[in-house]
Amino acid sequence: MQIERDVMEYDVVIVGAGPAGLSAACRLKQRAAEVGKEISVCLVEKGSEIGAHILSGAVFEPRALTELFPDWKDKGAPLNVPVVGDDVYFFLSESSAFKMPNLFVPATMHNEGNYIVSLGNLCRWLGQQAEALGVEIYPGFAAQEVLIDDQNIVRGIQVGDMGISHDGTPREGDFTPGMELRAKYTLFAEGCRGHLGKRLIDRYNLAAEADPQHYAIGLKEIWTIDPAKHRPGLVVHGAGWPLDNANPGGSFLYHFENNQVLVGLIVDLSYSNPHLSPFDEFQRFKHHPVIKQYLEGGTRVSYGARAICKGGFNSLPKMIFPGGALIGCDLGTMNFAKIKGSHTAMKSGMIAAEAAAEALFAGSEGGTALEAFPTKFKESWLWQELYESRNFGVWLHKFGAIIGGGINYIEQNWFNGKAPWTVHDLKPDHLTLKKASEAPKIAYPKPDGKLSFDKLSSVFISSTNHAEDQPVHLKLTDPSIPIAKNLPLYDEPAQRYCPAGVYEVVGEGADKRFQINAQNCVHCKTCDIKDPAQNITWVAPEGSGGPNYANM
Amino acid sequence: MKALVSVKRAVDYNVRIQVKPDGSGVVTEGVKHSMNPFDEIAMEEAVRLREKGKLTEIVAITVGGAKNEETLRSALAFGADRAIHIKEEGEIQPLTAAKALAAAFKKEGAQLFICGKQAIDDDANQTGQMVASLLDLPQATFASKVEVDGNKAVVTREVDAGLETLEVDLPAVITADLRLNEPRYLKLPDIMKAKKKPIDVQGFSALGVTPGAGLKTTKTSAPPKRSKGVVVKTVDELVAALKGKGLI
Repeated sequence: MQIERDVMEYDVVIVGAGPAGLSAACRLKQRAAEVGKEISVCLVEKGSEIGAHILSGAVFEPRALTELFPDWKDKGAPLNVPVVGDDVYFFLSESSAFKMPNLFVPATMHNEGNYIVSLGNLCRWLGQQAEALGVEIYPGFAAQEVLIDDQNIVRGIQVGDMGISHDGTPREGDFTPGMELRAKYTLFAEGCRGHLGKRLIDRYNLAAEADPQHYAIGLKEIWTIDPAKHRPGLVVHGAGWPLDNANPGGSFLYHFENNQVLVGLIVDLSYSNPHLSPFDEFQRFKHHPVIKQYLEGGTRVSYGARAICKGGFNSLPKMIFPGGALIGCDLGTMNFAKIKGSHTAMKSGMIAAEAAAEALFAGSEGGTALEAFPTKFKESWLWQELYESRNFGVWLHKFGAIIGGGINYIEQNWFNGKAPWTVHDLKPDHLTLKKASEAPKIAYPKPDGKLSFDKLSSVFISSTNHAEDQPVHLKLTDPSIPIAKNLPLYDEPAQRYCPAGVYEVVGEGADKRFQINAQNCVHCKTCDIKDPAQNITWVAPEGSGGPNYANM
Repeated sequence: MKALVSVKRAVDYNVRIQVKPDGSGVVTEGVKHSMNPFDEIAMEEAVRLREKGKLTEIVAITVGGAKNEETLRSALAFGADRAIHIKEEGEIQPLTAAKALAAAFKKEGAQLFICGKQAIDDDANQTGQMVASLLDLPQATFASKVEVDGNKAVVTREVDAGLETLEVDLPAVITADLRLNEPRYLKLPDIMKAKKKPIDVQGFSALGVTPGAGLKTTKTSAPPKRSKGVVVKTVDELVAALKGKGLI
């Protein structure tokens, strides 16, 4: 079917209103104003508003923000809670923990000068700054396709069609074709495992010289707690229980403003036990005395989950292709040793913006590779920072939290990150699962409804919604694999790794079938990453669909 | 014929409402807001009436702070020809808002005032009625079908007993119920154009409205939690259980 599409042309189109995309947008406009020229910038965001799909811890390092808006304080940026202390625990069991003496805390885990923030609200604020600078921002519109011409050059994106029924046919009277947004340069800032970024990495073979990307899933809740227990600015990080060396990860609890704490568990998607359920690990984690002491008597306000890229330096793909670039977590700029990616995402966006602005000022008609982006990237503190942390994740994978963490301590505190060796982790996360029959089953305790909850009541408070009657946005390349292969081999791990109850195996015996409850999806992308057969492809649903996170 | 369509910015219907711990209201900061869904239906109806040639101009109007501009932008993207922002920060009482809307209606010399039957934030269901009373106009509330014919409108209303059909003389006030229509998707090109349309900003004073403070909110609380259900096996058990609770 030939569809007539409206077309708009811009100098730069940006996909995704996260810290990377918004910083790039602001920087482009700032550079244009500095030299007295015009750069038209359009930003699309699949969430129903800016911040609706943003989820992060978050302890925020303001370095990049200060470069972008030196007067961010006067402009009212929502950085209200300076970190006042770092507690690092090693959880030995469900009831005991060892508090690490400050002396042994790796330098990258010190948070003096940082702030506890809601990254969603910081993005909302960045969105206001961007609009004030003249950026056109369109939330509720998902970039669905990359426009690539016959010269293999990226020329922009196509926004998703609206009003398509679940069987793929246009709904009478409702069908609204997505617009083509053409650009001289297109910056992809979709966050970890962006569905277009994934295709671009593949098409332009961008990861040819990089280690495989590594991922984790972060689950987070916001709690309102007893004011007597609230210590604004206190940062608590943990490793160990309920996870272990074969299934590693870490935890956090941040004392935020308004008597709220932000609690979360990050589970490496390199975990090997297919019976593991990140969601249930998180729920039981909250019963640990160190965490329970704060949450008990409190109220859970919100829940959400998101995958992150943590391969860092060694896994960085090539960042440019003709007509555009990947930035932020779409590229994989998180600093895992600091467990922070917002400032690095912002910086990558700013550098890409400077490269694009330079090209446009030089009269470029677009379509070229922004070679200045990787060059400037290498000259920046971002490259330095990622380089110094390059071994952290690998040591943890190889030796676990104690020994791996110890080596990292030596690298960070004795060598200042400049140790003369680099270690690699070459096994992709979807290949790490053991057979279900060879891995111990895990008996998770029933949620008590006070500290721990079931999946559905959790998804409910993520305010997730998708318009009814639309195609399932989680595509199976081979629909037989879940039941024919994944079920016997791994007891279909999608049932457990999905933090929103999207995947279910229903029926008995020969009637067993794989059910996809796509309307529950919180857009975390874990299925796209962890499916052992790489059979699930996440694509953007109709714009505005997904969670509606507040203050996340 | 000109219609004035009132649109209100409300906490989005997908958001789970949370009461502030001190009971002074509900949490609205950092929470997604959008156009009250019943007002979207009102907007859609106006656009359809214009498409049928019954209306020549649609003016969207809202009462509230600076952030309400985005709601007017949505209305413009829907197809409003122009927009009026009665810009006042802080709490605005329902009667004050109705007075401002009524004054604007008069000033515009419009024939139809259309709004949602209620806003999903405090479900008060009174703006349309108050505007009609203030202007001494006929009102047709809870509309599920609207036909405009010359100087009259034939409106089908959803009432408890079924449907009621009224004929009202214009000018009149119509409030939209859920089944009146299904609003269209906003198109990106229309949203782009809407960004550039001017908005007429006015204040209470220009409309001769003095803000009142007739209502005072004493406390906001969450509804009581539903207790867990009990599964009964037989009708007898059900009857016994209901009797036990004194319900039959």
